[in-house]
Amino acid sequence: MAECGASGGGSSGDSLDKSITLPPDEIFRNLENAKRFAIDIGGSLTKLAYYSTVQHKVAKVRSFDHSGKGAEQEHEPPYEISVQEEITARLHFIKFENTYIEACLDFIKDHLVNTETKVIQATGGGAYKFKDLIEQKLRLRVDKEDVMTCLIKGCNFVLKNIPHEAFMYQKDADPEFRFQTNHPNIFPYLLVNIGSGVSIVKVETEDKFEWIGGSSIGGGTFWGLGALLTKTKKFDELLHLASKGQHTNVDMLVGDIYGGAYQTLGLSGNLIASSFGKSATADKEFSKEDMSKSLLHMISNDIGQLACLYAKLHNLDRVYFGGFFIRGHPVTMRTITYSINFFSKGEVQALFLRHEGYLGAIGAFLKGAEQDNPNQYSWGENYAGSSGLMSTSPELYPMQRARSGTFDLLEMDRLERPLVDLPLLLDPSSYIPDTVDLTDDAMARKYWLTCFEEALDGVVNRAIASQPDSIDAVERAEKFRQKYWNKLQTLRHQPFAYGTLTVRSLLETREHCLNEFNFPDPYSKVKQRENGIALKCFQRVIRSLDSLGWEERQFALVKGLLAGNVFDWGAKAVSDVLECEPQFGFEEAKKKLQERPWLVDSYGEWLQRLKGPPHKCALIFADNSGIDIILGVFPFVRELLFRGTEVILACNSGPALNDVTYNESLIVAERIAAMDPLIQSALKEDKLLLVQTGSSSPCLDLSRLDKGLAVLVRERSTDLVVIEGMGRAIHTNYHAALRCESLKLAVIKNSWLADRLGGRLFSVIFKYEVPAK
Amino acid sequence: MPAFIQMGRDKNFSSLHTVFCATGGGAYKFEQDFLTIGDLQLCKLDELDCLIKGILYIDSVGFNGRSQCYYFENPADSEKCQKLPFNLKNPYPLLLVNIGSGVSILAVYSKDNYKRVTGTSLGGGTFFGLCCLLTGCTTFEEALEMASRGDSTKVDKLVRDIYGGDYERFSLPGWAVASSFGNMVSKEKREAVTKEDLARATLITITNNIGSIARMCALNENINQVVFVGNFLRVNTISMRLLAYALDYWSKGQLKALFSEHEGYFGAVGALLELLKLP
Repeated sequence: MAECGASGGGSSGDSLDKSITLPPDEIFRNLENAKRFAIDIGGSLTKLAYYSTVQHKVAKVRSFDHSGKGAEQEHEPPYEISVQEEITARLHFIKFENTYIEACLDFIKDHLVNTETKVIQATGGGAYKFKDLIEQKLRLRVDKEDVMTCLIKGCNFVLKNIPHEAFMYQKDADPEFRFQTNHPNIFPYLLVNIGSGVSIVKVETEDKFEWIGGSSIGGGTFWGLGALLTKTKKFDELLHLASKGQHTNVDMLVGDIYGGAYQTLGLSGNLIASSFGKSATADKEFSKEDMSKSLLHMISNDIGQLACLYAKLHNLDRVYFGGFFIRGHPVTMRTITYSINFFSKGEVQALFLRHEGYLGAIGAFLKGAEQDNPNQYSWGENYAGSSGLMSTSPELYPMQRARSGTFDLLEMDRLERPLVDLPLLLDPSSYIPDTVDLTDDAMARKYWLTCFEEALDGVVNRAIASQPDSIDAVERAEKFRQKYWNKLQTLRHQPFAYGTLTVRSLLETREHCLNEFNFPDPYSKVKQRENGIALKCFQRVIRSLDSLGWEERQFALVKGLLAGNVFDWGAKAVSDVLECEPQFGFEEAKKKLQERPWLVDSYGEWLQRLKGPPHKCALIFADNSGIDIILGVFPFVRELLFRGTEVILACNSGPALNDVTYNESLIVAERIAAMDPLIQSALKEDKLLLVQTGSSSPCLDLSRLDKGLAVLVRERSTDLVVIEGMGRAIHTNYHAALRCESLKLAVIKNSWLADRLGGRLFSVIFKYEVPAK
Repeated sequence: MPAFIQMGRDKNFSSLHTVFCATGGGAYKFEQDFLTIGDLQLCKLDELDCLIKGILYIDSVGFNGRSQCYYFENPADSEKCQKLPFNLKNPYPLLLVNIGSGVSILAVYSKDNYKRVTGTSLGGGTFFGLCCLLTGCTTFEEALEMASRGDSTKVDKLVRDIYGGDYERFSLPGWAVASSFGNMVSKEKREAVTKEDLARATLITITNNIGSIARMCALNENINQVVFVGNFLRVNTISMRLLAYALDYWSKGQLKALFSEHEGYFGAVGALLELLKLP
């Protein structure tokens, strides 16, 4: 969240707002390339949306042209790396107080280079009020869009594209936010928008929604009636008053009438029988706090009751609440949640949205961008450029309610390829990728945050070393350090800022921050060297495997997979070893491994299975480059092919740590094919297929995978999934249930995690699972 | 109430009856007073039991040979609006909305089979309580009288105030209230309204809300006749006509709002009936 200070300079009163200085690159980022604008002007906040492109440096790998060359040179790298500029699409959303609108419009006009833009989509009540100002300042035609249509479009978009968008709110619980994993099918749902009044909308498909009801008792009632009763003018102040009041002084409770509970009907004595019932007995003064509280309860209960009645009538159990009455206010989220629980007897969950304030702007933007088909793509929240959800609890952060001067940002990256569920998930709606919820588990959170803080120096150094020819690498690396450090500090205090905090989200945030400062692939050279070394050993490893008897070979293959997995720059224990002992080899790695029985050991069952008929098709999620992929995974793949099993080898689309990327895997496969006829023919006959995961994370979310991969998995009737590595098989997917056989294997390279799982450093997880028939 | 208890003592009620049937919340609250001051043993009866027995009994006895129940024809039109008798010959199922200080909503399937569907704390007490705070009035009648002279559209924000007319996207008529008290967010408008306007807006807000909840309950319970009773409706034609109109409009004519003469006495009648059953 960027602060935006007022520059003094003799301005006073209204003109003060015009004199703010905006740190441009912090707030209106990438404005030079912006081409589509939308604006949502509400009662107090303006939300601006634009589409822009970001130029990023990307490390590309390319095979050398070997034609006409003799034998390879001893020190020649296996392929070349070139850094290229790549353009990616990004959506920017900025939220700020209406008082800044003029200054912001001026700023945009001054920095808007692109002149193709002729129109701005506008929605929200204020769109009418500010129409002339926008047209005059930006010289863009204002196209007004229907408020509710925009809201629903925006809501569909965030529910589809942002994991952990929806949450339940529980006051006094730790954490107070409980995020929901995205349901594979978001429809149908009920959206209860509490603005000045209440609109209840049933959303059935992307384009089909229906206003099924509403109520005039809403945010405007709280505000208007509250202003009359307490002489307090501001909505936020009224909420603050309410949070300190006692409604029992104003409301007549069941207990006040019956002297206790009304037992024949099971109504508790604390229940409000008549809101403001006690204020009917004149000549008594009531405190502002008590009246505000009573009013808040009256309105929240009423809305909750109506929402439940509508949900019941339309048989819906997912009800999302939004509108300015809710917008991040713990007080109203609490009373609405209470009311929904009371009236639905727990059958309906009150859900809130992290980006609720942006829905209108997102929807208006999507309306204007229809020809670009934004809904065809998958989008991802960019953690580096997004402010995240702030705790606005007035008790905790009294100053945060006074939002003036704060700008809130959301950035969404367009992903290259659409993402879908792995078709083999047993139950996509209950699948949770992450093994440990760090929002929940304070001990684990503390450990991991510290772990990532301590690893930061190493990452910074690695980033600098990856770009020896760049003059500003040090400066950018420092900026990266600052950015990621700040994120970690934010997460210490507000672990819920970006949804459920997990090791995965910490790793992904780091990748996003590295990308932000143009360190697309700090490990590219390390990977290149290691791939080169491993390729040289490939034939020797194969020869030694082939000399073994069948049963011995199976064990050696598994050990090879595990040993390869020791080579992981993501794990601190290992990166220290690799840093000081670069010659640390495959054989040494094998020696480090725990002896059987392993910590989790179903090798016996796996061996037994191998004695049976071959699998039809195996899907393998590869982990590290170098020894892991070349000496661990490929020999294993070769054995499967030899058995008659087809193999889909899935590697990351983009770089993350030293994980092998799809492009690297293509080159590696090509080089191996040149040495190994079995691999060569399998590639030629499409029995070995290399695909990309659609991800750039060291972890694996099986609910967001490349669509092409999913199609292939279905076409080939995949009946075995192999997931290797700590990031993919332990931090994520350790508990993932699949509809086919699965093999999850990893070496634990983190002593804390080893401890947690009851093992020690370099303990082995070998988890072979067969789904219940 | 203390005066009544005192009278009971002076007139020696206790020598006439040994049992005094009572219902309502006060039966619990004043039980001790009846006993110590009036020497009367209260037979406390369930309020809702009494209410239902009362309404069904009165309707069966008839009111000077006429039906107890009535409805409004053309409730929105002051000229054409007519109060017409309604014969509750098929009383079941019916939704009974009892508006006292709070509101209880009952689904009645037969004389002995009913359930409380829900309730709301926004009832007569809320109207009166808010009016006291907003206008300084001291009696319910005074609050109603002020309301009858006020204009709620100065206080409430209507659909047409936001959209300039009907909101066609959702077929919402321009006259519908979008936000109760919504105009009071603005300082200028706060300064421009009268106490009468505020009283009227309070009455409209509470009444519309009760209508809305009753309508949803009727739909959920699949009941199409809704009887509104309770002290809140005593001499309160504004609310009754509004309920009649709102129920008809929003249900597209599917639901009928019924009212009853003597709406405040059903509880007592029911209690009396119960007493007659006692040996």
